[in-house]
Amino acid sequence: MNLTDNQVAALKDLLYKMADDQLILGHRNSEWTGLGPILEEDIAFSSMAQDKIGQAYQLYSILNELGESEPDTIAFTRNANQFHCCDYVCHPIGQYDFSLVRHFFFDNAELIKFNTLASSAFDPLAMLARKFKGEIKYHTMHANTWIKQLAQGNEESKTRIQNSINEGFNLALGIFEQGTFEKELVDSKFYIGEEAVMNEWYATVKEIIESVGLTIPALDLSNAVNGGRKGQHSSHLQPMLTEMTEVYAIDPSADW
Amino acid sequence: MIIKSLDPRVDRNEMDADATFGGLESMDQWQTYEVFHQTKRGQHHVHVGNVHAPNHDMALMFGKEQFARRGATVNLWVVKSADVFATDYADSDIFESTAEKLHRDAGSYKVMDRINAYKERVKQEL
Repeated sequence: MNLTDNQVAALKDLLYKMADDQLILGHRNSEWTGLGPILEEDIAFSSMAQDKIGQAYQLYSILNELGESEPDTIAFTRNANQFHCCDYVCHPIGQYDFSLVRHFFFDNAELIKFNTLASSAFDPLAMLARKFKGEIKYHTMHANTWIKQLAQGNEESKTRIQNSINEGFNLALGIFEQGTFEKELVDSKFYIGEEAVMNEWYATVKEIIESVGLTIPALDLSNAVNGGRKGQHSSHLQPMLTEMTEVYAIDPSADW
Repeated sequence: MIIKSLDPRVDRNEMDADATFGGLESMDQWQTYEVFHQTKRGQHHVHVGNVHAPNHDMALMFGKEQFARRGATVNLWVVKSADVFATDYADSDIFESTAEKLHRDAGSYKVMDRINAYKERVKQEL
C-alpha cells in the first residue's frame, strides 16, 4: 500500500494516541500488583495490565515500521509533553473504585475502537485489531461484571461506583479528543473517527450503567478534559514517567 | 510509624506499621467455586483448582485469569464447592476390589486374539 505523506502523518498520530494510552494505563494498572483487593482480582488486573503493555508494544512496532524509533526508545525516552495519551489514563490509581471505573470506561471505548479498526484500510492495524479482539473482549467482560457486582452490593459499594462514574466521566470524554488528522483518517478509511466511536461508546456504557440502577452524566463535550492528545497533560504524568523509566535510565544501552 | 519501603507504591499508601489487624469475621471471604478447564471442544473438562467469588459470573471471570491465561482453552465450568458431594476418606476401602473376577476382565475374552491382531494391523497401517 502506497501511503501519501499526509496519510503517514495521520496514521502516526492515531497510533501514538492509542499506544500511549495503552502504555500509560497499563503501567498505572500494574501499580495494583500485590496491592489488589483480593488475590484473584490482583492476578486478573495485573494480567490485563500486561495485555495493555503488550498491545502498546505492537502498536509502537507499527510506528517503527512507519519510520519512528524502536519501541523501547519511544516508550522510555520521551518527556510528558511528547506523549499523546488522554489525561484520564495519567491519573494516579486512587481507590480501587476509581481504577475500576476507569478500566470500565476506557476498555469499552477500546473494544469499539478495535472492532472498527478490524476493517481498517491500513492492513497492519486491521490485523492487530483482529489479534487483540479476544483480550479486549475479556477486559470489558471483567469490567462490566465488576460494575454490575458493585452496583448491586451494599450502599457503600454503590455510592463509591456512582461517585467514580461522576468523577471519571468528563475525563473519559477526553479519550475522544479529536486530532488534526481526523478528516484524513476518515477519508482514507483508516478509522471511523472519534465522534462515531464516542457515540457508540456512550450508548454502550449508558445501557450498562442504567441497567444496574446507576446513573451516567449527560453527554456534554464542553466539559471534556482535553489537551492530552496535544501533549498538554496534568501534573500526574511526568512523575509517573520518571518512575517508569527509572531502571531504563540507569543504562539505556543495556540488553535485557 | 509509617512503613518505609523501596517500593514507591507502598510509600504512597502511607501504611501504618503499628496498625493491628482486626481479624476475620465469617463471610469476610467469598465462597469458593471449583474450576474445570477444557482444552479442546469435545474433550473432558478437567478440574484445575478453585477461586473465591460471590457468584458464578465473577467465578467465571476470575477462573479465566487464574487457570486459562496460558495455554489453549475453549471452555470453563465453575461449580460451587458446596455443591460438590464427596465420599468419605474413611470409606476408601469401598474402592478395593478382589482380583478373582475373570468374568470382568476383558483379557479373558475368547476373541482377544482377534482383537489384538486387529490392533496390530491398524498400527502397522499407520
